[in-house]
Amino acid sequence: MSDATPAISTAGPDTIELPSIPLAQIAPWALFFGLVALLALFFISTDQGATSLISGTAIHEWVHDGRHLLGYPCH
Amino acid sequence: MTARNILIRGLLAGFIAGIFGFLVAHQVGEPHVEKAIALEEAGSADEAEAPEEHGHDEGTAHEHDAEEAGGAAHEHSHGEEAEVSRGNQRTWGLLTGTLIVGTALGGLIALISAAAIGRIGRLRPAASTALVTAVGFVSFALVPFLKYPAAPPAVGSGDTIGERTGYYFIFLAISVLAAVAATFLARHLLGRVSVYASVVIGAGAYLAVVVLAAIAMPTVNELGDFPADTLWYFRLSSLFTLATIWGVIGVVLTGLVGRLDTVATARAERRELAASI
Repeated sequence: MSDATPAISTAGPDTIELPSIPLAQIAPWALFFGLVALLALFFISTDQGATSLISGTAIHEWVHDGRHLLGYPCH
Repeated sequence: MTARNILIRGLLAGFIAGIFGFLVAHQVGEPHVEKAIALEEAGSADEAEAPEEHGHDEGTAHEHDAEEAGGAAHEHSHGEEAEVSRGNQRTWGLLTGTLIVGTALGGLIALISAAAIGRIGRLRPAASTALVTAVGFVSFALVPFLKYPAAPPAVGSGDTIGERTGYYFIFLAISVLAAVAATFLARHLLGRVSVYASVVIGAGAYLAVVVLAAIAMPTVNELGDFPADTLWYFRLSSLFTLATIWGVIGVVLTGLVGRLDTVATARAERRELAASI
């Protein structure tokens, strides 16, 4: 990545300004999406196997090969 | 650069990674899954009494149901009367799995990368994103795989699925928490000792925790007389699938974040230049 700053930069090498995103801005995204993502991972990896939120075997059977090949304990 | 910008790029990277993960899993992994299922069906005659063992003393009704869903029901799942045909399991089912896992991981990596930007030493956004993905792969996929490797169909008894799942996720949690703690430790040391020393100490601390946890936690070995070559190729292909998903997320997201950074930097420079005139 080229981050060559032209001559207008007067700052020394120790004070290269680094962008950062305020954590307060990330928090709501992290909270909401984090929950959705963990739930999605749970349904693919574990539901209707060792534990079950939705009864039946349809999800387990549908993602069966994915569970095996992604390394989750399937059965 | 905003949380939203980066999350969207992470989801995109994850979706692409899911497609590549599916291609690798389907082309490299499925032949070994098929072989394992053939072995499972050949051996299922003498395992016919296995589901009966579920009838041990009644735990809570819910847990018992769950066990049956995973254990007993599975015994017949690959036969003619299967709920989902093998044709669907190895194509659309597998694709569903890799796409959802890829997209979810991509989003999570993006959010962690967003928080890491500008906060890990003097790394530029693309570099810190690549680092987050690499640490994620090692702690979330590679290390748990080394302790509790993927098991092909026909390996593992339905009676121990609860235990094995528990061990896997406990070890996964230890590994991820240790990686997070080690990263904070290295970052904390950064101002005090050299970059080299802080990275070595951080990595060493992570290694110490996961090695101790791996020694302390029980080993799962339910292989029986499952053929070693099929097992080896199955596990290798499983690792290839995981590496593909994480690798593609890393490459795509790092590229996209790098471009965001370049654009943002150029815009800031133009503004600075305009202000100085």
